[in-house]
Amino acid sequence: MTSPARVPLLRLEDVHVHLGRSHVLQGVTFEVAAGGVTALLGRNGVGKTTTVKAVLGLVPRVGTIELEGRDIARLGTPAVVRLGVGYVPEDREVFSTLTVEENLRLAEQPGGTAAYDRVHELFPELKTRRRQRAGTLSGGQQQMVAIARVLLGENRVLLVDEPTKGLAPKLVTEVAELLERVAETTTVLLVEQNLAVVRRLARDVVVLDAGAVVHTGPADDLLSDPDSAKRLLGVASRRSA
Amino acid sequence: MRAPERVAGVLPWVGRLAPVAVLVVLLVLPYVQLDVSWVLPDRVNGPGSMQLLALCLVFGGIALSYDVLFGRTGLLSFGHALFVAAGSYGTALGLARLDLSLWLAVLLTLAAGVVLPLVVGAVALRVSGIAFAMVTLAFAQAASILVLRNPGGLTGGEEGLPLLRDAVPDLLTGVVNAPYRYWLALAYLVGCWAVVVWLGRSRAGHAWAAIRENPERVAVLGISTYRAKLLAVVVGCFLGTLGGIAHLLVVGGASPSITSAEFTLTLLVMVVLGGAGSRWGAVLGGVLYTYLDNRLLELASSEGVQSLPAVLRVPASEPLFVLGSLFVLVVFFAPGGLAGVVHGRARSPRSLARRRKRAA
Amino acid sequence: MSTLVLLLATGLGLGALYFLVASGLSLIYGLMGVLNFAHGAFLTAGAYGAWWAAENLPGAGDDGFGFVVAATFGVAVGAVFGAVVELVLIRPLYRRHIEQVLVTVGLSLAAVALAQGIFGADPRPFPRPGWTSGTVSLLGASVPTDRFLLMAAAVVVLLALLALLRFTRVGLVIRAGVENRSMVEALGIDVRRTFTLVFALGGAAAALAGVLGSVYLGSVTPGQGTSLLIFAFIVVVIGGLGSITGSAIAAVVVGVTQQLANYYAASGVGDFSVVLLLALVLLTRPQGLSGRPA
Repeated sequence: MTSPARVPLLRLEDVHVHLGRSHVLQGVTFEVAAGGVTALLGRNGVGKTTTVKAVLGLVPRVGTIELEGRDIARLGTPAVVRLGVGYVPEDREVFSTLTVEENLRLAEQPGGTAAYDRVHELFPELKTRRRQRAGTLSGGQQQMVAIARVLLGENRVLLVDEPTKGLAPKLVTEVAELLERVAETTTVLLVEQNLAVVRRLARDVVVLDAGAVVHTGPADDLLSDPDSAKRLLGVASRRSA
Repeated sequence: MRAPERVAGVLPWVGRLAPVAVLVVLLVLPYVQLDVSWVLPDRVNGPGSMQLLALCLVFGGIALSYDVLFGRTGLLSFGHALFVAAGSYGTALGLARLDLSLWLAVLLTLAAGVVLPLVVGAVALRVSGIAFAMVTLAFAQAASILVLRNPGGLTGGEEGLPLLRDAVPDLLTGVVNAPYRYWLALAYLVGCWAVVVWLGRSRAGHAWAAIRENPERVAVLGISTYRAKLLAVVVGCFLGTLGGIAHLLVVGGASPSITSAEFTLTLLVMVVLGGAGSRWGAVLGGVLYTYLDNRLLELASSEGVQSLPAVLRVPASEPLFVLGSLFVLVVFFAPGGLAGVVHGRARSPRSLARRRKRAA
Repeated sequence: MSTLVLLLATGLGLGALYFLVASGLSLIYGLMGVLNFAHGAFLTAGAYGAWWAAENLPGAGDDGFGFVVAATFGVAVGAVFGAVVELVLIRPLYRRHIEQVLVTVGLSLAAVALAQGIFGADPRPFPRPGWTSGTVSLLGASVPTDRFLLMAAAVVVLLALLALLRFTRVGLVIRAGVENRSMVEALGIDVRRTFTLVFALGGAAAALAGVLGSVYLGSVTPGQGTSLLIFAFIVVVIGGLGSITGSAIAAVVVGVTQQLANYYAASGVGDFSVVLLLALVLLTRPQGLSGRPA
């Protein structure tokens, strides 16, 4: 729970999204406090990715969405991103015909200095592979590019959608470590199915079901209670990673 | 929002009676002696007016046939000219070069009007969207080139192929018989309308509407989109071929202008102007466009326009400029065409469906 | 042998013309998803612009340098026309693809009619510098020099476009946008400004095609844009929507095929075979020669 005096970094209130004939988001309301990782959880198809896209304006939405108190619900995607919202999409979506270097260059924000030092320190492999076409990278390497992109500028919040999907266990750990380091300086809203990762990273959780929020609270509380975890997430919450 | 209850109560009756009333009016026009000289070339049942009205009705039908593909099923075809030209040139060739009787020539042409769309459709429907449009364009261009090159002097090249008068019943030839050609055109339009109404209510028609709105969902539901689309292609193109025959009989010759891509584009303009997906919208679009195209030319040579300053006179003297600009305005402010405006929405049913689909 | 050389040169010259028109079309469709029927109007605008300049602008005319001035004016007209069309007609209809296509259809009809109204439907003789009317002896054949002018122009434009795409930030945005437009926006880039540039570039290239095409034909008519446009569309689709190199290769293939078939088979078969080629490509490889599967 945030103290009333402090404005939450990201706030959604009664957000609705219709896609085709489906009413995908039916009044989503939650807050993301500044600092650390907030995990967005729920079974498949409940609307987690759609929620992230709604914040960015990638789907038409109605309702209230505020970034540090500023209304962004009516802004187009580029404007939202320029306010400091970084997006790491599900399926990475790197530009396969561009080189690694070009993928990063595209992500440079105008007017600021790009933090290449930080990126090369976190992802040394991207420096050696910088002239390689992104389409020929492995899944894990593409994920690095996708995360590196949002670290070049000074983003206030990162929306990260299932970064460990489809990765081998060793890479999952690597990505989790990475996100842990990133979260030291930037707030992260993380959509994730892998509960071990959530357990490691998340401070708070927001659980969705059928297009609405059904639970919010500290991560530890939810994850240490196997019954609620099972009920809300449909999976058993194992104690060991 | 209009008072829905009152409108809803009246509308079904208006909807049912209106086409019948319109048909009755159209039927008796050749008996009307009224002189409306600036709306029509001469008296209502004079040869000039009858000829113009006949042409309008033929294009109303052809526009409706195009709407079956574009408005109803969402298939953007750039090759409709091919089928209309097949009707026109097919019959003209049968009469002039093969010495067939009119009935036989028409019958053979109609048979071609079924086979041709089957072939083209089978090939074109293997791809969708822009690729589909390009394949249909390719077929139509091939035919257009063929006609213009005049192989063996068959098609008459740029000058076209006149209708062989001896082969056609006397009732349809000659300036004085314009009313009979008018009734022929009306018969064609009514035929198209009837087919479209009947099919629209059938299972095929519902499949078409579903495909137009959301092809992926239809495929998931197990309805064969390929067969439904092919049916739309065959029906729409067959009606187009029939329109080509009607056009030949009304105009008295086959002209290469109906083979061109520009011809198909004008059909697109007609359908959108009137309202894609709406029966009477498409017909009205065809009628209105043909009328304007003809009358604007008359208007251009009138004193009123000739006396305008050059800046206004030059654009106004070109009917296609006026029509093209009008079309642009319609797309901007009333993309549902006339039908959309009348139904109180600025959006056509197609475009509404498309917006919902795009949001997906 | 000398006939073959002449046919190849003509084929390459025509291919150059097709490429000039197709390059803009390809970028516009690849990046914006707009099938720009008004591209023919850019062509016509460029041709008549140059013609008008040669008659009316001081320093312009049909001699060497004067021609360059007139041609530059024509190209500038095309670029401005392209930009204006995008700003006024296309941008307000953002994401409404069907309406965008329809608007270009209406514009194409109106523009050709207007040109006809202003300049008349009859062909007007087009200014051509003396050296383009001559021939060059190559491998025993007498090849008209205008073919080489076309080829040279196309090569310059091709290289310029490739350089733009490769080395500039705008080019980077275009390449990325052709692949995944919404992700480009999700990186904070407003692609809409790039759209105007792409339309201006397309307009300029088409205008150049109009000018050089009129040199090749010797005259300018209102309808020449439309007939070239159909072949340009075919080239774009065969080459792969959004690919400049694809368009270049396809343009050469189409131009040469057309000439060879027209000569060795019969007049008209060439055009026919191009259309056949399109159908073949679409059925076996719908994404074109170098496009990515959709």
